[in-house]
Amino acid sequence: MRQTRSKNVGITLFILLLLTPIYWLLNMSFKTNQEILGGLTLWPQNFTLDNYAVIFTDPSWYNGYINSMIYVSINVVITLLVALPAAYAFSRYKFLGDKHLFFWLLSNRMAPPAVFLLPFFQLYSSIGLFDTHIAVALAHCLFNVPLAVWILEGFMSGVPREYDEMAYIDGYSFPKFFVKVFLPMIRSGIGVTAFFAFMFSWVELLLARTLTSVDAQPIGAIMTRTIGASGIDWGVLAAAGSLTIIPGLLVIWFVRNHVAKGFALGRV
Amino acid sequence: MQKVQNNKAWWLVLPVFLLVAFSALIPLMTVVNYSVQDIFGPGQAYFVGTEWFKEVLTNERLQDSLIRQFIFSGAVLLIQIPLGIGVALMMPKSGIKGSLCLILLAIPLLIPWNVVGTIWQIFARGDIGLFGWGINQLGIDYNYTGDTLDAWLTVLLMDVWHWTPLVALLCYSGLRAIPEAFYQAAEIDRASKWAVFRYIQLPRLKSVLIIAVLLRFMDSFMIYIEPFVLTGGGPGSSTTFLSQTLTTMAIGQFDLGRAAAFSLIYFLIVLLISWLFFTAITHADKEQ
Repeated sequence: MRQTRSKNVGITLFILLLLTPIYWLLNMSFKTNQEILGGLTLWPQNFTLDNYAVIFTDPSWYNGYINSMIYVSINVVITLLVALPAAYAFSRYKFLGDKHLFFWLLSNRMAPPAVFLLPFFQLYSSIGLFDTHIAVALAHCLFNVPLAVWILEGFMSGVPREYDEMAYIDGYSFPKFFVKVFLPMIRSGIGVTAFFAFMFSWVELLLARTLTSVDAQPIGAIMTRTIGASGIDWGVLAAAGSLTIIPGLLVIWFVRNHVAKGFALGRV
Repeated sequence: MQKVQNNKAWWLVLPVFLLVAFSALIPLMTVVNYSVQDIFGPGQAYFVGTEWFKEVLTNERLQDSLIRQFIFSGAVLLIQIPLGIGVALMMPKSGIKGSLCLILLAIPLLIPWNVVGTIWQIFARGDIGLFGWGINQLGIDYNYTGDTLDAWLTVLLMDVWHWTPLVALLCYSGLRAIPEAFYQAAEIDRASKWAVFRYIQLPRLKSVLIIAVLLRFMDSFMIYIEPFVLTGGGPGSSTTFLSQTLTTMAIGQFDLGRAAAFSLIYFLIVLLISWLFFTAITHADKEQ
């Protein structure tokens, strides 16, 4: 009994420490700049929503969130569409060069984005995709697709081959079997893969910033303009930062039941 | 699982292959092309062969940031892996409290990296940040923008804050997969808490721990945005990690050849170390 209590105290303490910096950001986003710079206050003395109003009334601000959401969504869809069949192939068949291909895919997850920055810029400029959502979505596939194949392969390997054979005997064609029988069985795997793809695409800024200028600019790049001639507009910066946390929270809420299993990437 | 030999499976892999080849091979070839040239501007490039590669081996600025990078990644792994295991062991096993812990722990992972930098930039400041103010209030002179050690510790603390939850969540899901019978057997044997951890939990965590180490190594080795926002690489160049050095070189100074040559070496280092981990994973999979 005492053991559980000390465990509870420990985990509560850790989570509180984890949330303090976030609380501080939220706290600051409800303050005026005078209050922020005037001295340390543990909660807003003059509660204000002005910082949020700045963001929600200016299209060049809120478009940043929309742009980010668009390319993240495109990326998740592309990632799942190409990764599902590939992961199935890796989990069920041996084929020429399969192991090398798998490692080559993974090696792209390891490529430092800084290395690809300039070539990416030139590549997408030359095919006329610069400053479009699809460019960022495609670029993010570089690290999301390998990870997705890896995670899905783990989940698919957990489904016994017999199912494939039984469906075949029952007269299912392969596409029908794949969509109607197989995919529902690895639902949680798909949910978790989508979560990871969302997560890594949503948090990435280096490539997203390099490949866009105006029309598809992500919120992360727009945030830098709070630094003006008169110093940093701390309140708006904090408000913009706080808002970026919300989409992540929504997504994790949807996959919460699969997360425990999913974080093992299907490998336990 | 017994796999069937079937080369037609290539058709299923083809979309992935084409997509990744498009966004990986073409840029990589471009980098290789740059790395053997000295580029002054459009149309003004000269073939210099392996000169950049030779220079990279003696360039102090690059070597310094490489050493900083290794120290940083090493510290990250040494702190986050044990801490993550500890947190996972403390988490409630199931129920609403368990789900709540999961969601709360995952929050730092879902914050864009530049915002992570912003959060700590604010949080650690001596004048307006709770953390910096608190430390100063304790009588310790702390200023992450001026003092090298403080800057280092702040970047490290930020990374621990940011990524320990990932290790914890990986380990948590590993722990949940251990059948209850194992614990009951241990109880009958009157095994100590330590023995349960050492002989039941730790061995079963092996495969998720390898994933955790692999992911944490790769990502900490590529760290860029967070320290860039937090310290800008300073004071001096004390927190300038590899990615930042390369980006400054390639885009800031337009020194493409040199940056490309070092990028390739950088990539090879990550690849080599990750290959070792990857071999370990497939090995562990086979044993099971």
